[in-house]
Amino acid sequence: MNQKFPRGKTAIVSAVTFGCGATPGYSNAELAHTASIQALSQLNLKPSDVDGLATVLVDDSLSGLSFAETLGIHPRFISNNRTGGSSFQTHATMAALALDAGLCDVVLIAYGSNQRSFSGKLRTSLRASPWEAPYKPLTPLSSYALAAARHMHQYGTTKAQLGEVAISARKWAQLNPEAFSREPLSMEDYLSARLVADPFGVRDCCLVTDGAAAVVMTRADRAKDLCAKPAYVLAGSEATTHREIANMADLTVTGVAEAAKRAYAQAGLGPKDVDIVELYDAFTINTILFLEDMGFCAKGEGGRFVEGGRIAPGGQLPVNTNGGGLSCVHPGMYGLFTMVEAAQQLMGLAGERQQKKVDVAVAQGNGGELSHEAMLILGSAATV
Amino acid sequence: MTGAVLEKENELKPEKEYLEHLAAGRFMIQRSRSTGEHVFYPRVAAPATGATDLEWIEPSGLGTVYSTTVIRQKPPTPNYNLALVDLKEGPRMMARVVGVAPEEVKIGQQVKARVALPADGSADLPMVVFEPV
Repeated sequence: MNQKFPRGKTAIVSAVTFGCGATPGYSNAELAHTASIQALSQLNLKPSDVDGLATVLVDDSLSGLSFAETLGIHPRFISNNRTGGSSFQTHATMAALALDAGLCDVVLIAYGSNQRSFSGKLRTSLRASPWEAPYKPLTPLSSYALAAARHMHQYGTTKAQLGEVAISARKWAQLNPEAFSREPLSMEDYLSARLVADPFGVRDCCLVTDGAAAVVMTRADRAKDLCAKPAYVLAGSEATTHREIANMADLTVTGVAEAAKRAYAQAGLGPKDVDIVELYDAFTINTILFLEDMGFCAKGEGGRFVEGGRIAPGGQLPVNTNGGGLSCVHPGMYGLFTMVEAAQQLMGLAGERQQKKVDVAVAQGNGGELSHEAMLILGSAATV
Repeated sequence: MTGAVLEKENELKPEKEYLEHLAAGRFMIQRSRSTGEHVFYPRVAAPATGATDLEWIEPSGLGTVYSTTVIRQKPPTPNYNLALVDLKEGPRMMARVVGVAPEEVKIGQQVKARVALPADGSADLPMVVFEPV
């Protein structure tokens, strides 16, 4: 396929989070609006300077229109694409194409959720499946548990290896003042956590928090004037493989395998060039599956790969440097937060957890039940 | 006019018909007359090929556990099994393996389907469950 992705032609110039943790009293939209105003004000921009908008809220299927109305944005380009937690990676990919084509000049991508304060339960607008509902699955958790069980069966992956993922995320969270769960997590704590759906205990599962995020994208020529160190968009790809877990062909191989291949081709880079990796770790098995599918190790080797602190602070490959969905923030959809963390690392704004050499960062999104996978590769000025 | 009406009546209503079969105690899946491919869950056309010549057939009921988990409940509510079963005919489905402790269900285990109908007044839905062969 002849790909014409506009590599390095657009960039993220502002990337913020707001209200991560427990921030009662806000609506979903208000959290996202606040993050948006903060992201714009860093650039001395107002909502009226924005002419491209991408957002998705869980309680408003026309959230793009509502969002534009409330903030006083008059978009020439709008995306309300909804693929679950990975929606925002698709928004950024479409924004890159739209900006490069001159359909718009300044794109705002935003999300917010009061998931935790609202009820502590998952808010959902999903159809009840006649093929699954009678079995009372704990969707989506049990779908990921089935993937983990299959990976363990097929490759000998162990519970302790899943634990390495949770513990590494927690160690990163301890370097991030914004992270929700920062208390120490030992392997003993992990292994003795209450079981939810075998092999998962509560420490295999992401947090349920409030939180919002926003990023601003422009074309590269303008990016330099707005931001000292823009995060250039080198690649944006996706793959949809199924909706419900029973229809995933191989529970040990995700759409990331396909999406990563395309993203690397767009960027002209490979896994050895990647400095930091921000993955959608809704569950511990995700990190293992996605590291394999992105080519950081062979299929089936992910469990062994994460052992010995390899993905923890000080390890050879920094993964989920904000603490991830497991220990930092997970307000229903997490994909925008991987983009914010990757961009902040490239901008040198990541505080105590800032990595020294960051030229290439991956920000991945996952939607549904390993159903939709999307991947951005962001780069420093040196990569363009 | 009459022809058009008749044709419409003959159209497959996959979800409705499947659930009617199930409520009557029958587990039915679809098969394409032209390609022989089996389809589950039921739909108006076979995936990818788009073949619309789907007919209902009764599968062998034999399957293999592809993956399995135990949904843990707060005692005294009993834990229950959730599994993915590969039918001998090809399709994979979400299922529950019963007749054995939920944690005893193993990947690769051979199982056989039966329809479990809810007791009168129960809020449960009819479902296909599997038992070890």
